[in-house]
Amino acid sequence: MTNIVVAVKYVPDATADRTFNSSDNTVDRENVDGLLSELDEYAVEQALQVVEAGEGEVTVVTVGPADAADAVRKALQMGADKGVHVEDDAIHGSDAFATSLVLAKAIEKLEYDLVFFGMASTDGGLGVVPTLVAERLGLPAVTYASEVTVDGDTVKIRRDGDAATQEIEGSGKLVVSVTDQTGEARYPSFKGIMAAKKKPVEEWSLSDLGIEASQVGGDAAWTKVESFEPRPPRTAGEIVTDEGDGGSKLVEFLASKKFV
Amino acid sequence: MSEVLVLIEAPQGKVTKPSLELLTIARSIGEPSAVVFGDADTGVLAEYGAEKIYTFDDAVYGEFLVAPKAEALAQLVADKSPAAVLAPASTEGKEISARVALKTDSGWIGDAVDVTVDGDTITTTQSVFAGNFTVDSQVTQGAPVITVKPNSVSPEAAAGAGTVEAVSFEVSEAAKGAKITSSEPRQSTGRPELTEAAIVVSGGRGTGGDFSEVEALADALGAAVGASRAAVDSGWKPHTFQVGQTGKTVSPQLYVANGISGAIQHRAGMQTSKTIVAVNKDDEAPIFELVDFGVVGDLKTVLPQATEEIGKRKG
Ligand SMILES: Cc1cc2nc3c(=O)[nH]c(=O)nc-3n(C[C@H](O)[C@H](O)[C@H](O)COP(=O)(O)OP(=O)(O)OC[C@H]3O[C@@H](n4cnc5c(N)ncnc54)[C@H](O)[C@@H]3O)c2cc1C
Ligand SMILES: Nc1ncnc2c1ncn2[C@@H]1O[C@H](COP(=O)(O)O)[C@@H](O)[C@H]1O
Repeated sequence: MTNIVVAVKYVPDATADRTFNSSDNTVDRENVDGLLSELDEYAVEQALQVVEAGEGEVTVVTVGPADAADAVRKALQMGADKGVHVEDDAIHGSDAFATSLVLAKAIEKLEYDLVFFGMASTDGGLGVVPTLVAERLGLPAVTYASEVTVDGDTVKIRRDGDAATQEIEGSGKLVVSVTDQTGEARYPSFKGIMAAKKKPVEEWSLSDLGIEASQVGGDAAWTKVESFEPRPPRTAGEIVTDEGDGGSKLVEFLASKKFV
Repeated sequence: MSEVLVLIEAPQGKVTKPSLELLTIARSIGEPSAVVFGDADTGVLAEYGAEKIYTFDDAVYGEFLVAPKAEALAQLVADKSPAAVLAPASTEGKEISARVALKTDSGWIGDAVDVTVDGDTITTTQSVFAGNFTVDSQVTQGAPVITVKPNSVSPEAAAGAGTVEAVSFEVSEAAKGAKITSSEPRQSTGRPELTEAAIVVSGGRGTGGDFSEVEALADALGAAVGASRAAVDSGWKPHTFQVGQTGKTVSPQLYVANGISGAIQHRAGMQTSKTIVAVNKDDEAPIFELVDFGVVGDLKTVLPQATEEIGKRKG
């Protein structure tokens, strides 16, 4: 029996223009359509595969505004059993540290053996929420797994790091984050979409988790944004069509920039 | 002057270039103290300005992921009250430093591309939304814990005392949860490290699987070789070569994209390169929106000509 909680994030669509709210320097989530972070689909997929190979339940949890319910719904359509949506106005503007607090408190309320995460949020996340949640829960974390195998109480992962390929093993309660190397995530089937309508989604606020409003949101952050600036638009580059001299022209350009 | 703790990475004992860059930044803040787990060439650390070198030499740091190092470093932060803690923006550097920040109630900044100091105020610059915005931030509580991306500064030698101080620390049982059961060091490619290289030459699906023209150009330029996910997924290059959202983020002086269309996930990993060049046979490939110079043509003919021309110029 393996119960898995998967943390999934609702993110602005990466193909749309993203920007900041000039009023409070937070990420603008109002004017852009959102969706379940593509990288979290891999985590849902891995959790479903583990549970399908044995027994257990997959619960997805998201922290975010009202629209974030869409991310939960998508995961339920893929096959997750139930959802938790933590929503509270005070959470707006939270950084990775505050988000990890809310997630950790929510996960503590659930029955679980393993907690799965995506490798990073597609909206500029730095991939530290999983390790921070693990730190808060006092659990080991194996992050950036490119392969996950669960065998009874033991979880084995392969990690293709910069300096080495490692095999890592943990047992008992564990936090795991997975990369897109773990394998394609499934699309929701028609049956899955219909079934998801009947699956339970709990709505929790900060008070359900025993968190004070002052512990989250922009004001709780230990860093502050001083200013933000759009990158100056790239000046249009020079584009030539190869007429037998493309390589030479390329080198002329490189030489003009002192690369050759 | 107060101490600045710098987390050093040194696979197989060899101190990485980003670690030396951190020592250079640390000197603008205070007195750099290098923090080393396991072996590292301490001579190089002194040469690049380390006044002190704290060494944690216990097998436990190599046997388990992240948590033991985070505990040890957090203890050192508590003992030394440094002006700042700098760590490389690698996977491990980010995880260790984020945990240290949480344990020591300090503000954390990830992936800084610049760190400036004005009196006691440290301001960091980050590049966000696939490089479309730059954000300046400051830490408002505790010693700023900052991870800095490679190539943010050039490492500058400046002799430091390099006094080695071995630190012993009792790692808790709770930190021994993620056991490394095997570790196979990556084979050196003989080329510069992708994330550290001044020049990166990449190939995509357009290579058709034969990277020889891409590699020849890379070698003529002394560059690292990168790949798109399409090339990696096709098995032409290992995942460690992948540039992009789910691969490496690179920010070299020069990025040359060959047979790469320029999908948003690829751009996310190379958009902040100083100069961008592309060779693609489709004049409507989105990569051309980014370039400083582009050649519409077949890489199979353009690249060999360029490589030959560079050879001639070198004489
Ligand atoms: C969750 C997720 C994460 C992703 N992460 C990444 C990532 O980290 N990195 C990444 O790169 N992609 C990533 N992708 C994939 C990305 O969306 C693109 O599919 C991929 O970048 C395409 O690679 P490509 O440009 O090599 O191939 P294509 O898009 O197929 O482009 C090939 C190009 O080569 C040109 N060409 C063909 N033959 C020649 C020739 N002889 N000479 C010159 N030009 C030629 C063609 O005109 C074309 O423009 C990710 C996708 C998802 C969904
Ligand atoms: N608001 C959130 N709600 C639920 N899960 C989240 C949230 N933010 C981050 N996560 C999880 O943490 C992972 C890493 O996020 P990040 O550290 O922001 O890159 C994501 O892939 C999600 O699994």
